[in-house]
Amino acid sequence: MSQPKPPRVEVRLPSRLGFEKVAMSTAASVAKLIGLPDDRIEDLKTAVAEACINAIEHGNRLNENLSVGVILCAQPGALEVTVLDDGKGMKTQPHKPDIDRKMHGEEDPRGMGMFLIQSLVDEAEWVPGVDGASSYVRLVIRLDKEA
Amino acid sequence: MQSETKSRVDQLTSPAGHPVTVLRFEGDIASTSKEAVIGLYQSLSKDDAKLILLDFTKVDYINSSGIALVIQLLIEASNSGQKVVAFGLSAHFTKVFTMVGITKYAGLYATQDQALAAL
Repeated sequence: MSQPKPPRVEVRLPSRLGFEKVAMSTAASVAKLIGLPDDRIEDLKTAVAEACINAIEHGNRLNENLSVGVILCAQPGALEVTVLDDGKGMKTQPHKPDIDRKMHGEEDPRGMGMFLIQSLVDEAEWVPGVDGASSYVRLVIRLDKEA
Repeated sequence: MQSETKSRVDQLTSPAGHPVTVLRFEGDIASTSKEAVIGLYQSLSKDDAKLILLDFTKVDYINSSGIALVIQLLIEASNSGQKVVAFGLSAHFTKVFTMVGITKYAGLYATQDQALAAL
């Protein structure tokens, strides 16, 4: 007898800010079903929201003719989330925000999304599209790790 | 889709007898919240509002753009010699604010009474 497929949920969002909350609530529902603790669900919600905001703003450049794909796949002991857009992918790597530089006007107050994603989940990988489009970020949050 | 940010100003007195201005926020704090956060802050008199509390008790969702607005408020307050502390953040957003270093420039407290006592 073949093994059952891991549960998989897919959502498509319009490229409009605010709709990241649909992905947040979907991710929270799936995470609760697989037994993720409440504090880690909050971590996941913020990471998924920031990944979707990046996809909407930077990947799809707020073009509402394009959508953002969110795929949630329950693996044994973990939840994997993939957020896809039609952009080229992030050129920069996450860096820890320097609050002193921000307070002194030497660093943009914005630009914390990738740092938050990387800090709040167990794995985060930004993958550029092979043909200059269709890039994605893959997040993994595990059940057996404390926040 | 993003819930509108409501904000208002209250005036209190600290246990030490100093006037305290409270900015109370409600709803989401995101990129669309600039007027509710920065606009409300800029409407205060810099001479009268020397001690400022930020009330996040009724805030459900803050994203990185919303955190950037809070940092922008802290920059302006620092430049004006105002002291800012915050209260009412959930455990999760207390962790997020701590991660990005905001606690270096604004103390975070669980309740309004604790925040007032710290001024």
